[in-house]
Order: sequence, then C-alpha cells, then structure tokens
Amino acid sequence: MLALLLASIFFTIRTDRFLTTDNLSLITQQVAVVGILAIGQTLIILTAGVDLSNGSVMALGTIVMTKLAVMHGMNPFVAIALGIAACLGFGVLNGLLVTVLRLPPFIVTLGTLNIAFALTHIYSNEETIANLPDPVVFFGNTFHFAGTTITYGAVLAVALTVLTWFVLTKTVAGRHVYATGNNPDAARLAGVRTRRVLLGVYATAGLLYGIAALVLVGRTGVGDPQAGQSGNLDSITAAVVGGTSLFGGRGSVLGTLVGTLIVGIFRNGLQLMGVAAIYQFLITGILVILAVAVDQLSRRSRA
Amino acid sequence: MSAVEARVPVLEARGLVKRYGVVTALDGADFDLYAGEIVAVIGDNGAGKSTLIKALSGAIEPDRGEILLNGAPVHFRNPLEARRNGIETVYQDLALAPALDIAENLFLGREVRRSDIIGTLLRVTDRPRMLREARAHIADLKINVRSMKQPVETLSGGQRQGVAVARAAAFASRVVIMDEPTAALGVRESGMVLDLIRTVRARGTPVVLISHNMPQVFEIADRLHVMRLGRRVATITPASHAMTEAVALMTGASSFHGTGG
Repeated sequence: MLALLLASIFFTIRTDRFLTTDNLSLITQQVAVVGILAIGQTLIILTAGVDLSNGSVMALGTIVMTKLAVMHGMNPFVAIALGIAACLGFGVLNGLLVTVLRLPPFIVTLGTLNIAFALTHIYSNEETIANLPDPVVFFGNTFHFAGTTITYGAVLAVALTVLTWFVLTKTVAGRHVYATGNNPDAARLAGVRTRRVLLGVYATAGLLYGIAALVLVGRTGVGDPQAGQSGNLDSITAAVVGGTSLFGGRGSVLGTLVGTLIVGIFRNGLQLMGVAAIYQFLITGILVILAVAVDQLSRRSRA
Repeated sequence: MSAVEARVPVLEARGLVKRYGVVTALDGADFDLYAGEIVAVIGDNGAGKSTLIKALSGAIEPDRGEILLNGAPVHFRNPLEARRNGIETVYQDLALAPALDIAENLFLGREVRRSDIIGTLLRVTDRPRMLREARAHIADLKINVRSMKQPVETLSGGQRQGVAVARAAAFASRVVIMDEPTAALGVRESGMVLDLIRTVRARGTPVVLISHNMPQVFEIADRLHVMRLGRRVATITPASHAMTEAVALMTGASSFHGTGG
C-alpha cells in the first residue's frame, strides 16, 4: 500500500501526465485483465500451488468466443458462454491432474499452458478476429465518473476482487482454502475435504480466466491468438507483490489488487517517463524478487 | 478393581490384526478403556502402539478384529467417522494450521455457520460465536493465551499443544486419544500439558495416550497398556509395578504374572 502511494507520488512529480484523468483511466483499463487473472492466481497460490497456464487459457477463451460469434455467426451470448466454458474446462483439467493424479501444479500448468497455446493457434489459424458483435465487447464500454473514463471491465475486476475476498474470509469454503494451503495434513485430519477444495479452487480460477478473456476482448476489440502470453508472470507478480505467500495459506485478494495496481502504475509511469520497454521488464523482475525475498525472510523469522 | 472390570468399556478392541506386506504390525491386539481413566499405551519401537492408536482413531482399518464403543461394534473407515462417534485424536505434529488463528484452528472442519439465510445458503461463518466459544473452551482448560485471534504460529510449543488438546476436548463426547503429547516440549510445558490431560479426565472424558516418557507415564496414567510384538502383553498400574518392571515387560525380559490382562 505504501509502495503504491510512493510510486504514485514519484510519477506525479516526475511526469506531468501521470495524474491526468486520461492516464488514470488508461491504467484502470490496463490492469483490469491482469487483475482478474491475478484473482485466480491468488486462489491457487493460497493452496501452495501456482498456475502458469492462465494467460494461454485466457487467449483460448478469447478465440473461442470471438470465432464462434463472428465466423460461425453464433448468438454472441452463447459464444461468450462457450468461451468461458473452455476456460472453466481447463481449470477443471488442471484441478483433476493436481488432485487425482497428484502431479505438482507447476508441471501440470506448464503442460496445459502449452496445450492451450497450441489449441488457440490451431483453432484461430493464427488469424486475429475482428468485427465483433456488441455484447462480446460490452466490457470495453465506458462511463464517466469524477471526470475519469472508466470501463465496465475495470469495475468488474474490482467487483470480482471484493466478491472473492468475501468468500475467502467469511465463508466455510474460503477458510478451508487457507487451511488446505497452510497445512494440508492438519486440514485433512480435521475433516476438510482438501481434494475437493483444490478442485474447486482450480475450477474457479478457470472461470475467472474466462471472464478475463471477455474483458480483454472488450478492451482490444479483437480476438488475438497472441494475447495473454505474459499473463502468468504478471499475475504471479501481482499476487506476490500484494503479499500472498508462495508457500500457501497466507495472503489476500485485496493485497493482489494493490499488487496489480503497483505493477500497472510502475509500467505506466516508466512509459510516461520515456523509459524503454525493456527496462520495464527489468524493474518488474526486481520487484518480484524483492517481494519473494520479503516473504521468505519474514517466514524464516517466524519459524 | 473388580467393580471397574464389571463395567462396559467405553472403547474396546478385540483381536486386532494389521499387516503391511510381510510385516505384522498388530497380531491379535486387545485394548480397553473405561470411563474416567487415563490409559497409557507403552511399548518398544515397532511394538504396534501407533498402529493400534491409528486403528482406534480411524486412520487405518484393521484387517481383522473388532472395535466396540460402549459395547457396540463400530467400524471406522476414516478419522472423520471416528470423530463423528465422539473419538477425537491429537496428532503429534500435524494438528494445527500455523497461519490460522486459535479460533479458526479450534473450529477447523467444524465451522459454525450463521443461523440465518446467509449462513445456510452461502455458508457464511459466525465468527463472533466461534470466538466466544473458543474463549470458553480455552478458559475451561485454563490455557494461558491472550486472544483467540492470535495466529497459532505466534504461540509457544506448550500453548500450541494446549490448543490442540482444547480442540479435542471440546468435541470429544467419548474419548480423547493423544499421540506423544509432550514429545516436543520442555519440562515446564510438559507439566502444563499433563495437567491439561488430567483436566480432560476430570471433566469426564477418558484419555488414551502414547508416550515414550516412562516417568511421565507413571505420573499420569491410571493404567498402562503394555504392547510387545503387536499384542497387549500386560495391563498394569503404576501402583502394581515399578518402572523397571514395565520396561522388562516391554522388552520381553519378563513375562506377565499379575492381575487382569
């Protein structure tokens, strides 16, 4: 939170365009998609897992919904539902591989990353799909609030964050996610059905990636098979910078939202300062390592 | 003694057999636990103590033999079924989730939901009630912790074990089983936990415990169940036998000539 404020103040001083309504609305658009991916990522990291596949799965979702709506002339709402269902399916697949075959999440999602990536390119024939019907791009629509233009997608990202926060902190299912991630043996012996919890988490994450796909299509106005390739690392960065521990059981989606904003503001601010894109990668990299180091050190001091 | 023997045991096992491949962990083991007592299960490594305890707590299913609860045969396929029958187990190291707070750990897997529609439909927890009840359970056992909102990882080893025992005691309607409850603790903290175990007994719940610590066992147990080679070889009391005799029974250096059995 402090880092967020400091970064904002820094960029406000260093560039005259940072604190303009146009720029702020740009930031909210930029972070909405990663923000939704990062909710799913946080759920999985809370169970001491990790999801490398989310960006590719989202890309597949965008292609399925746009291609069905445009090239097959399907009812746009059905096309959207099928696109989201494809992502949900991948979430369930990840979950089944992790819970039934008990494979490590890192390897499972590395595999499904490639599978989703391949399917995206095969199904799209490497073509970008444009001329999308209105309902498909709904979340790119904007409204004005306090002089700032805000997309419905950004609102949705915040709403989903708050909803997930509520479920995680206030419901039985949410508490079981934390317990399963923190000490799976204790949770199981206490009667928590840990495998069901894990499967639920991966499926929910898949559903969220589908929603992220819809928001992405709204923002770009096209179905792009190249989309989302840095989604996995961006969402992991957002979660970790937001204070979620890679060891599971600790963290919060509200922190992830802050993490998403920090990363988004850094990128945006550096861009405005005219820093070359390659240095933005450099700084994001340093940010991740710092965040993980803080997590590790605080964990060591607790033990 | 004979008056006690005439009663029906709260928990009883007859002729339990458990084999792992060629290894026979339990070879016709018997066990009994009566109301209001603390029974310590002692034996050398590999004597079958843990396997017996696991069978009683539902963690494993014996190949043969039967378990009776208040005289009625029961069959536990998993720890949850044992718990539903009022048998709570304190596992050695894996009892608690360190990042969760005391109240959350006490109610883990048994969260109290709000009684209104939000609680039934969305399974929203009743946090104030869980905090209140946790405070009562912890106070009941005179465990010294400040707040129910403290993460378990901030507690000392003794306090953690206290929370684990409090959870078992709070939900055990029939039996509390403890696996090496003082193994990781210092002298003072061990004393605390032993007092806790006595409190649990005083509140009416019989306790089974495994321990390697002979002085402790002799200090706290009403009866000692001695295991050797997968069987009960003797049931003795701290009054009837000296510590050296108990060790002799465990190692097979002497065989049993005494009461009961």
